[in-house]
Amino acid sequence: MGGEEIDITTKVTAERIKKYLEQGKRFDGRKTDEFRNIIVEPNVSNKAEGSVKVKVGKTEVIVGVKMETATPYPDSPNKGNLMVTAEFLPLSSSRIELGPPKFDSIETGRIIDRIIRESKFIELEKLCIKEGEKVWTVFIDIYTINDDGNILDAAGIGAVAALKLAKIPKYDEEKEKVDYKEYIGKLPLREMNPFTITVHKIGKHLIVDPTREEEDVSEARISIGSSEGIIHSLQKGNSGCFSAEEIKKCFEIVEKSWKELFKKVNAQLK
Amino acid sequence: MTSSFKRPDGRKVDELREFEAKVGIVPNADGSAMYRSGETIAIAAVYGPKKMHPQHSQNPEKGTLRCTYNMNSFSVSERIRPGPSRRSTEISKITEWALEPVLMLDKFQNMVVDVHINIIQADAGTRCAGINAAAMALAHAGIPMKDMVSSVSVGKLDKTIVVDLSKEEEDYEEGEGPTDIPISMTHSGDITHFQLDGKIDSKQLMEAVELAKKSCEQIYEVQKKALKDSIDLTGGED
Repeated sequence: MGGEEIDITTKVTAERIKKYLEQGKRFDGRKTDEFRNIIVEPNVSNKAEGSVKVKVGKTEVIVGVKMETATPYPDSPNKGNLMVTAEFLPLSSSRIELGPPKFDSIETGRIIDRIIRESKFIELEKLCIKEGEKVWTVFIDIYTINDDGNILDAAGIGAVAALKLAKIPKYDEEKEKVDYKEYIGKLPLREMNPFTITVHKIGKHLIVDPTREEEDVSEARISIGSSEGIIHSLQKGNSGCFSAEEIKKCFEIVEKSWKELFKKVNAQLK
Repeated sequence: MTSSFKRPDGRKVDELREFEAKVGIVPNADGSAMYRSGETIAIAAVYGPKKMHPQHSQNPEKGTLRCTYNMNSFSVSERIRPGPSRRSTEISKITEWALEPVLMLDKFQNMVVDVHINIIQADAGTRCAGINAAAMALAHAGIPMKDMVSSVSVGKLDKTIVVDLSKEEEDYEEGEGPTDIPISMTHSGDITHFQLDGKIDSKQLMEAVELAKKSCEQIYEVQKKALKDSIDLTGGED
């Protein structure tokens, strides 16, 4: 098995997905605004300062947080740095080929970077070791393990969860070295839950958490990063368009889904 | 709206920077245009439709739009490294998504339309300026289009919604700070591009969309005029 052709969502399937949606139905029996089952498994990689595996249906990602010391950026001499990258591994789908990062992974990294940064979830001002000289850099690295659609939202859940689990290693000022065996406390975070939720448009229907097939059929999407009702990042993707009314509808759907994620994710982090 | 809020350059909240559009600025290209908003200058050139290479990138169903957004290294205060970055890769894709909905590429199977955008001088709103220039360049190249696309950056500075941010405004740090919301839409009001960075509730965000609509209307008129002016009505005689 394998081979490109097998993995393509056929036109027949696309037609059927649309037909189902006309009746408000989806292949897996979910409502249009319903997420698949979400499983958050903490601490899956013990060298990371915080790590998590997130499953959304059959979609699976691993997110890890690492911390390193670095020189601060000139425009923020007393603040820690943040770096987010996403790698779409060839092991997670027959569609993903080896080679330099493709657009999907670049976009995923950037969208997650923006919601974490813009929401000010991490108290970067507390991650300064010596002003102008040494600060912590927080790396959030996202790896896909199995792609069955909606990698982006799964990655967003993973980033929030991994940060909540993350601890700061000890920095030895004399040796100017990090001791990764000892931790001095939790990564300082603000009380919030900046999840990214993507609404897809198929025909005139709006759905969340698409499977691979549904995502293939999606004409346009809007990824909204928000926390407690405040929107911090947004990106429209793909070549379709949204009317102003549809955008408004998307905000309502996101608000509802955010509450669902808030409950499910935090319950599993205790 | 807060009346006490003053924009650094004295503009009204719904006032665009002084802007201009020009069509036909790269003689070699099949279509080209320039869009300037205040100190931000973008040029765009279209080459194609032409055969897509390599062959495996060809789409047998319709033509492909390929945009590349590039900032000149000296277009900003602190020189940026020439060549593609994560940011420019994303903006290139966003530009494709912003423009594709109006293009009729069905008849250009296996072909590609290349749009090259170059930022000559940057003072915020470069992606919007690039999209405005690119939309005109595509029309100038005679690519079949259903509608025009106009783009503008709306922002929330502290609590006030304003249009077409300058760099100075984008760096505004008081109160709730800056929220940057670049939006592109067709003349008929369909939103083809929408991004946001910052902090805003959904009610104010809808206000921002309305302001973008009003502003895009003004930009559209200027784009249309520039395109009309570029047509040689003398029938080729001197």
